[in-house]
Amino acid sequence: MTSTASEDPLSPPSQRSRAHDTSTELQPMPTSPAMDTAAQDVSLFSSPMAPRSGTSEVDASSPLMYGTPSSRVEGTPRSGIRGTPARQRADLGSVRKAPQVDMHSEPVSESCCHSEQGAGQRLVIWGTDVNVGTCKEKFQRFLQQFTAPNSREEENAGLDLNEPLYMQKLDEISVVGEPVLNVNCSHIQTFDADLYRQLICYPQEVIPTFDMAVNELFFDRLPDSVLEHQIQVRPYSALKTRNMRALNPEDIDQLITISGMVIRTSQLIPEMQEAFFRCQVCVFNTRVEVDRGRIAEPAVCRNCNTTHSMALVHNRSAFSDKQMIKLQESPEDMPAGQTPHTTVVYAHNDLVDKVQPGDRINITGIYRAAPMRLNPRQSQVKSVYKTHIDVIHFRKTDEKRLHGLDEDGEQKLFTKERVAMLKELAAKPDVYERLSSALAPSIYEHEDIKKGILLQLFGGTRKDFTQTGRGNFRAEINILLCGDPGTSKSQLLQYVYNLVPRGQYTSGKGSSAVGLTAYVMKDPETRQLVLQTGALVLSDNGICCIDEFDKMSDNTRSVLHEVMEQQTLSIAKAGIICQLNARTSVLAAANPVESQWNPKKTTIENIQLPHTLLSRFDLIFLMLDPQDEAYDRRLAHHLVALYYQSEEQIEEEHLDMAVLKDYIAFARTSVHPRLSEEASQALIEAYVDMRKIGSGRGMVSAYPRQLESLIRLAEAHAKVRFSSKVESIDVEEAKRLHREALKQSATDPRTGFVDISILTTGMSATARKRKEEVAQALKKLIQSKGKTPAMKYQQLFDDLRGQSEAAITKDMFDEALRALADEDYLTVTGKTVRLL
Amino acid sequence: MPTVHDWINNPLAVVDGLFAQSNSSPDWEKKVVEYFKEKLKLNDAHTWVPSLNDVPLYYLKPNSLVKFRCMVQDMFDPEFFMGVYETNDLTSNSKVKCGKYKDITVGGQVDFNSRNTVTSERQTFYCVPIPGESQWAKEISFICQARVVPSTSYVPNRHKRSYEEDDEMDTQPQHSAESHGNTEPKRQETEAPSHDSSSAHCTSSLDLNFPLPGEKGPACLVKVYEDWDGFKLNDMLEVFGILSVDPALSVIADEREASSLLDPTEVTETVEEQRVHSPPPSLVPRLHMLYAQPLVHNNPLLPSSAPENNVHESSLATYTDVLGELASVRAELHTYLTHVLMGDSLAAEYLILHLISNVYSRRDVLPLGKFTLNLSGCPHSSPYTEHLYKVIQQLVPSSYRLCMSLHNMNNQRMVPRKDYTANRLVSGTLQLANNTSLFLDETQLEQGQLDATGVRNITALGNLISWQKVDYDFNYHQMEFPCNINVLITSEGRSLLPSDSQVNLRPTLNPPNLEEYLSAVQVAQVPSQFNKYRIYLSGARALNYTISDEITKAVEEDFVEMRKDDPQSMSAEDLHRLLVVARLLSLSHGQNTLSRDGWMKAKQLEALRISRTQQQKSLSGNEP
Repeated sequence: MTSTASEDPLSPPSQRSRAHDTSTELQPMPTSPAMDTAAQDVSLFSSPMAPRSGTSEVDASSPLMYGTPSSRVEGTPRSGIRGTPARQRADLGSVRKAPQVDMHSEPVSESCCHSEQGAGQRLVIWGTDVNVGTCKEKFQRFLQQFTAPNSREEENAGLDLNEPLYMQKLDEISVVGEPVLNVNCSHIQTFDADLYRQLICYPQEVIPTFDMAVNELFFDRLPDSVLEHQIQVRPYSALKTRNMRALNPEDIDQLITISGMVIRTSQLIPEMQEAFFRCQVCVFNTRVEVDRGRIAEPAVCRNCNTTHSMALVHNRSAFSDKQMIKLQESPEDMPAGQTPHTTVVYAHNDLVDKVQPGDRINITGIYRAAPMRLNPRQSQVKSVYKTHIDVIHFRKTDEKRLHGLDEDGEQKLFTKERVAMLKELAAKPDVYERLSSALAPSIYEHEDIKKGILLQLFGGTRKDFTQTGRGNFRAEINILLCGDPGTSKSQLLQYVYNLVPRGQYTSGKGSSAVGLTAYVMKDPETRQLVLQTGALVLSDNGICCIDEFDKMSDNTRSVLHEVMEQQTLSIAKAGIICQLNARTSVLAAANPVESQWNPKKTTIENIQLPHTLLSRFDLIFLMLDPQDEAYDRRLAHHLVALYYQSEEQIEEEHLDMAVLKDYIAFARTSVHPRLSEEASQALIEAYVDMRKIGSGRGMVSAYPRQLESLIRLAEAHAKVRFSSKVESIDVEEAKRLHREALKQSATDPRTGFVDISILTTGMSATARKRKEEVAQALKKLIQSKGKTPAMKYQQLFDDLRGQSEAAITKDMFDEALRALADEDYLTVTGKTVRLL
Repeated sequence: MPTVHDWINNPLAVVDGLFAQSNSSPDWEKKVVEYFKEKLKLNDAHTWVPSLNDVPLYYLKPNSLVKFRCMVQDMFDPEFFMGVYETNDLTSNSKVKCGKYKDITVGGQVDFNSRNTVTSERQTFYCVPIPGESQWAKEISFICQARVVPSTSYVPNRHKRSYEEDDEMDTQPQHSAESHGNTEPKRQETEAPSHDSSSAHCTSSLDLNFPLPGEKGPACLVKVYEDWDGFKLNDMLEVFGILSVDPALSVIADEREASSLLDPTEVTETVEEQRVHSPPPSLVPRLHMLYAQPLVHNNPLLPSSAPENNVHESSLATYTDVLGELASVRAELHTYLTHVLMGDSLAAEYLILHLISNVYSRRDVLPLGKFTLNLSGCPHSSPYTEHLYKVIQQLVPSSYRLCMSLHNMNNQRMVPRKDYTANRLVSGTLQLANNTSLFLDETQLEQGQLDATGVRNITALGNLISWQKVDYDFNYHQMEFPCNINVLITSEGRSLLPSDSQVNLRPTLNPPNLEEYLSAVQVAQVPSQFNKYRIYLSGARALNYTISDEITKAVEEDFVEMRKDDPQSMSAEDLHRLLVVARLLSLSHGQNTLSRDGWMKAKQLEALRISRTQQQKSLSGNEP
């Protein structure tokens, strides 16, 4: 099949001549095969309309019936399309605001047919410059020849990109049996700019022509295919995807693509397309097309000339499905301080019920405006038009997130210049420092913390080992900030929340497990169970900022375990059992349990969080007041400057934030670094080193989780450089940052050594050793007392304190007792200790 | 005189005239705007224009020029309309007409197919009177107004009642049914304060969507023709526009129901949506904007920033007077507030600082210049806070007292929410214009259970105080709207909400009858004195402020020095606060740069305040 396409760039001669025939016979009703029926129909329903034409402007539709031209092919002699019913294109055929033209009258045909060549090559549809024949031919050529070797669209997956793309899609149609051909407008634009312009400006005329062309082509190639109805062409991505705000009166009746979020869908509305009338006297049947929601009821039966004898037969009339959808502009497109705009969209036929409220979609359709009447019996009209869009194509923008890839869509956001600018920035050697200092400039210093957060914003590379049964590896970096209250932790969280597109901000105090995960709600209207997603699911692919992490209830915190390692969320509630993706990075802030950070205690003791949760954080930073003079001076300077900086400087910073945003978005979507050989080696060494440090003192100072953290950090750092390879400098920085964080959070306050077990088991090795020592000492003490079955608790405590050199607290004493009880050596009942 | 007023009484004639002259060149639109701007610039011209705020709607001439002082509460979708259209009347003379500034076409059949038709775009804003505007602000602008409005038949006879609290606006019959309390303190006495929120939803057939419960006045659909992107939600505007109250506008809704179901325009709107977007013009008039003056503040005693709009001359004189004798006005105000605060001069000082605070800039997420004050130690039993609010209401142009009773917290809608069925932003108490004083009365809070709404409301209040922003609820997502609201919290102990500064009230006087005492204090003040205070507060807030390099150095030194002595006593947070206090203190003295002396004073003030808080702590050990 492909050979035909490549050999024959033009449509078959026979077909071409037929196309020309059509045009010579005039009519923007460009159906050669259905000419007879069409002509008949035109006269049929144009006659009752004739008397109205002068008086009413609302009914001023053209009798041209711009609907699918091939819609009247019943019983056509053509071989290919025979038996395949056409389907009305309600999306094109509804309201038409064009001036009324009677195609049968002389002046109009003069105005529209510049018959210079006689043969009618220049014949165009009234009011446009579209020549049906040429247009059809061009489009067929486009279908047969266009290749898109660089296409990255998901829809084209599995197609041979070097072969004509749309011919393969036609083959696909014959296999799948779904008679819809989606055509990317940008493809048409690269192929033939003029055709593209026509499509955008006169979609109502051009798309039916496309339909015709594609059906001819299809049934020529695959004459035996059986389709439900004739193929419909659905163009998408007209122009650049536009913002709803940019729509203006010039776009009326043009093909547009806008993006937005569905906020409401109506119920299905059956819309009459064709009314069926039967004469009560002579049983003569006639059909009348519905025009702008009005039926021109025939007053006289054409067969028997009886007046008012025609009755509508409902069940023989043709209806199509229609649905009203409200679209709201996406929050990202909106200028600050304004409320979002909404637009009414009509979906027809099989596009009905394709979208649900909450979906983010790109729609392509025709923008319409219709005048509003104040009162049908008055001549006054409200001087306002009602606008809506007849949708031709939906494209969900967030659907792809389910598959974890969003390369297309988002990448389009950047112009070439922007990308060049970002790449230039990435090439600078100090880009890492630049970006980290651009992060939250109002917060002073804390360079390493900012760097850590920066890496978190970029994230690691997502790896999928599900096929080998090892599941997904987490790519998101989790960070915990702890420290004294009032060290601008919340401010940092707020900043991050404002920076990332899919960020969520919750406070541990106010959020429940339900608010974080998902809950099931019964819709009061439909009695339907609806799954409402919480902060963690909403921030999928983003960052979930949790303030006051320590104030969170244990119950709530427990849901985080799954999210922070498996990146999924399991729900079993009200009969709904599912697993949702929650590939979110967690940025949490915790305050110490005592109002001030106690440097004599370990991190765990200070914030009282379970170590199982802590070990899921890649980086744990302490934000403490450093208390040294030089720092104080710089801090004071920074703050004073913050308060009295000039307008321009502020402006500059805002620019930085925008650049930072774009930089991160670009890196996240287009850079996927992989470990280089050299980097892997460096990582292994780093890990081994980390383990060695501890083994010297008889403790474990690193676990595989730490290695994974290192890998993620290194990958994120490579992303910062826009590098597709993780190199040793990335590993170096990852190591440094990891060590910094450990130094702050996992230093054993008693020994001054970094001890990872503080974070992994909740207790430092020295503390554990000490606990054992106390227990042993206590045991000895008891044994030294000889055979006394029971002792006073307080006395024993005092004895032990008197005996021991180191200070023994009550906690330690209790712990020792508990340890001995575990050994079944003694039991503690109230204030007495009994030996067993 | 009548000729002068033609452009007020019949502005559409001017528009049509200019349109006819233009010969369909598009710059006539600019000319129209220019014409009215010029007219309004003429000496007192803008005061001749009747104001929708004060004159009841039925006294106003339809299609005349009116002005409206309002806040943008919601923004509807842009609409396309016939900018130019052609009509055929019975004699079949076609006429080209201009559809701008009109809702309905006039004369003859509209020829939709005419080549002359120009489709244009305009935007609709739903505007409400500035929420919480104090009675005095209304009165003053009304008095200026009333002196010079001969053009309406309305005889302004009601400003005699001016300061009486129970001034019920009986000129608005449609509201008299919903007799819930108003923002004035009176509502405390009438019924449980929470009554408002519940009744606001159900009673009126048409909810006018005012942010604050019990608000009155006209709401208005303002049609904007130019630069609507420049306006933001919650902006305060003075709109000059053409009033349109054609009753035909409300006919639409009735006719709809009867007409054919197949009409494609039919299903686009739900009944709720129609009700909101095309309310009867007798309730919600349409205003076609010719020109809008953004209001930086709504204090009628001060000139608004733009020079072309002058306040009436006598108050302007007072303005310059006040700036001249700023020091003495400040001292008087301080004495007055000291009396009100039962002899606590430190608290009075901080209250002044609070009242002139203003978010002057934002650095990434951090709002600069806010100064939320927590007055703790307020007596619980007596209606003291209520009187305190009355005093503040007398001083600031707009304010609202939010009783943080458990019932209110659990039931009031504070955060505005988008209602997708009616396609509008349902307002909440936190949708306030800039520089509104929000008085949170925590003394009203009792022990009990906060439900989900309550927690959300507390969070929203916390966010408002900490970040000066409100996250509006758009159901599928939240949207952040920055705001600039002065929050004053009165509480018994330390407030559960965050605050920038907490002052523990320490009364030195103990009047046997608090109420009598306070009203005596208030009566002692002459009304002209109040005007001076009002001018002083709004004026000081608007001053510019800088800090020199030299002082920056000194501040740095000082900070390092203070940290050396005791690092615990001086954190970065404290420096933040100290800088704000220093700024406000300088401004309150009319200085627009920080002096060494000012810095020292600020430090002293802070030291005094902190020592008092610590004393308080040691006195009652169980306090957090």
